[in-house]
Amino acid sequence: MMAAPAAAIAGIHEFGKRVAGGLSPLQIKAECGARALEDAGLTWADVDAIYDASEAGRMQGLTIAEYFGITPRVVDTTAVGGSSYEFQAAHAARDIAAGKANVALLTYGSTAHSESRAIGTGARFGSEAQPAANMERPYGLTLIGNYAMVARRHMVQYGTTPEQLAEIAVTTRRHAMRNPEAVAGLADIGIKSVREITVDDVLGSRLIADPLHLLECCIVSDGGGAVVIVSRAVAAGLRTRPAWILGTGEAVGYPGSGADITTTAAARSGSEAFGQAGIRPEEIDIAMIYDSFTITVLAILEDLGFAKKGEGGAFAAGGRLGFDQPGGPALNTDGGGLSSNHPGMRGIFLLIEAARQLRGESTSQVPGARLAVAHGNGGLLGTRHAAATIVLGTE
Amino acid sequence: MPEQPERPLPLFPEPDTAPFWAATAGHRLTYQVCLACGQVVFHPRRHCTCCTSGDLEWRDSAGAGTVYTFTVIRQHGHPFFRARIPYLVGLIDLDEGFRMLAEIAADPEALRLNQRVTVTWEDHADLSVPIFEPQ
Repeated sequence: MMAAPAAAIAGIHEFGKRVAGGLSPLQIKAECGARALEDAGLTWADVDAIYDASEAGRMQGLTIAEYFGITPRVVDTTAVGGSSYEFQAAHAARDIAAGKANVALLTYGSTAHSESRAIGTGARFGSEAQPAANMERPYGLTLIGNYAMVARRHMVQYGTTPEQLAEIAVTTRRHAMRNPEAVAGLADIGIKSVREITVDDVLGSRLIADPLHLLECCIVSDGGGAVVIVSRAVAAGLRTRPAWILGTGEAVGYPGSGADITTTAAARSGSEAFGQAGIRPEEIDIAMIYDSFTITVLAILEDLGFAKKGEGGAFAAGGRLGFDQPGGPALNTDGGGLSSNHPGMRGIFLLIEAARQLRGESTSQVPGARLAVAHGNGGLLGTRHAAATIVLGTE
Repeated sequence: MPEQPERPLPLFPEPDTAPFWAATAGHRLTYQVCLACGQVVFHPRRHCTCCTSGDLEWRDSAGAGTVYTFTVIRQHGHPFFRARIPYLVGLIDLDEGFRMLAEIAADPEALRLNQRVTVTWEDHADLSVPIFEPQ
């Protein structure tokens, strides 16, 4: 018998639009924070712990409390790319369990689309002289190319096919088409034909970095969100149905010499989180897995234990990861980064949609969903990445 | 004539990787070995990543290895690389036991994983960029 979980997600909000219309990332953060607190039945004054990835400005640990107008007892500035929010949720659960906090607020805001930020194919070289960057800078490896190196290795090592990878994009778009905000967002960011897609559509889209095609890459949107995590005592007085944090795990991965890049840090963060929760992957109803690219999902499904290493392709085939299909968890039921929103760091949306499912409020609701996993992957899968796994449950 | 866009190069001062890049000017591909525990260290740095000795020796690689993985870059935001597409970047496992990222000058349709490659050099003012090609 596991100890009763100490912390739960009690408030959530996702910024509805994918084009922010002149709002700043900070304004998006504050709007989402206010709405998520309202959702929980709380207010700014209740927040005693703040978690911030400094995505809207430098050293926000110093400035964000003043901007929001709160007086936190805990300040956590973990910033590890897209997985920052799973790390922060893990830390919030820990801080609450330790009695250091009662109401933790995580916020995110980005105007990546409005800024025309070329996240996947831009010249990501940075201006700092750093040892690892100095060994990579001359080669022009794009972010998509970095993930593509993992996809290539996976295909050769295990026989994974382009069709199997494409299935992940097809299932995710199917879920997006059921989500009105995703549908409106796809049109708003300029997608000409907003509709369900087929494996042939994916494989017929142009190669960006072999073997990854355009439709295997996440979209670039504006967006933001907020998550309120509270103690058991606070949760008892709230009106929302809590999504309890049952287990957490954190890890980083880098290729080193002789390492297998088809296995991600999720293998470590996942076993840690499932172990703490006392849950097996096959019990999970909802898999919210960071879908920067199709390969990210495929490798992580294996690493979390949903399929054996190398068998993720067969596991994802035949639409099995659809919200209404038996035999596998429902994948990214909001439409994911591939088809709903990806403003640069979508980890917070994984927590938000997992909580929606456990409340029964998703647009692709799995009836009676009891257990969800949110797995964030940040950084670059082929070189260095940060991974955190959060197992959530209705109790 | 407009100026040709140039390949982005490492930034200095950066003391961990400066010796590596200095050696490339003489077309030497170097790596480090810990004299205390034998660990091969790459990318270059001042400490051993296995033991705590910090007694690292620079050695010359023969510049031969195998392709661990690669991608073909077909879209890029930087003008130098945009002019170069499609081109190949991959992880190379050198015979001395270290793995490095590099460009691979090869036919995108013909290159295979685990294929043998050898280093060649693209010369710049103060350093040369290692580029691998199939043997």
